[in-house]
Amino acid sequence: MINGLLWLLGCQLVGEVAARSLDLPVPGPVLGMVLLFGLLQWRRPHRDARVLGASDALLRHLQLLFVPAGVGIVAYAGALRDDALPVAAGLLVSWLAGLLAVAGIVVGLQRLTRRRREAR
Amino acid sequence: MTEAWEWLRSTPLLGVFLTLLGYRIGCEVRDRTGAHPLAQPVLVAIVVVGTALWALDLSYEEYLVGGSLIAFLLGPATVALAVPLHREAHHLRELAVPMLVAIPVGAVVSIVTAVLTVRALGGGEALELVIAPKAATTPVAIAIADQLGANVSLVAVLTVTAGVLGAVAGPAVLSFARVRDHRARGLAIGSVSHGVGTARVQHDHTTEGAFSGLAMGLTALATSLLVPAVLAIL
Repeated sequence: MINGLLWLLGCQLVGEVAARSLDLPVPGPVLGMVLLFGLLQWRRPHRDARVLGASDALLRHLQLLFVPAGVGIVAYAGALRDDALPVAAGLLVSWLAGLLAVAGIVVGLQRLTRRRREAR
Repeated sequence: MTEAWEWLRSTPLLGVFLTLLGYRIGCEVRDRTGAHPLAQPVLVAIVVVGTALWALDLSYEEYLVGGSLIAFLLGPATVALAVPLHREAHHLRELAVPMLVAIPVGAVVSIVTAVLTVRALGGGEALELVIAPKAATTPVAIAIADQLGANVSLVAVLTVTAGVLGAVAGPAVLSFARVRDHRARGLAIGSVSHGVGTARVQHDHTTEGAFSGLAMGLTALATSLLVPAVLAIL
């Protein structure tokens, strides 16, 4: 567990420092994710290695970690009352459009490459 | 009694306890309802904690003394998304092209539709700035908002709401649109509902969780690069 956490925090640390010192628009933890992915691909750890155990434990309860930010909804709902309609509509329309655009493009391009492969 | 209460308000103990309690109740509700889409542990926990804060007359800032300890783990958890991705790595190459097209296009669609809908309904420019980065994961959306000079707390609220929307309705909408490929489903959810959506699909299917996490990372990157450009054009 300690080993796994050290790897996770270490990657985050490197990511955060790199993002800040190089002035990158990517957040530190996302850079850390890329770094850990690279390390895993390179070292190919055993199935029950510690890093994997700690990660699985954290990801199993990922929803828990969003609760504090979510409680802010209750705290700040009043500030949005006057703009409830544009905010709600904007969220819903944009969420739906983005979701269907990504799914549609991925499915469409997959079909296209498959067809091209079969034509060969 | 009052002394003990004053002490309790200032320690992280109460916030951490309430958060875990709300989440635990949320998990219980999910299991008892046979994983009803509305019974997302995060949603139930928000309601439980919100009600508790109101009943105990605690401010959000006081809650965050403990709440921020839990939120801190979001960083390492984001890094941990590399693990499911590593397990799916053999699928990555064949999906590289669809992914690299779909995610930037998806980010542009999210930003443009959000800003134009708000504008059409008379939301005002401050609101446009607040809603533009909402597809990115919460810490990134906050960083973008900060650069734009928008209200940071409101951005966090809208971002989490977009996430909850994905956790509650995302899988159902995709099934309705007949998207069955787990990788496409994961990518779509992660692109619009970041970590909260990822948490939901991670629970349903590990492949969806892996690709959702990947899409979340790439969308964060695309959104932070694209929001300033798109806002300048609009």
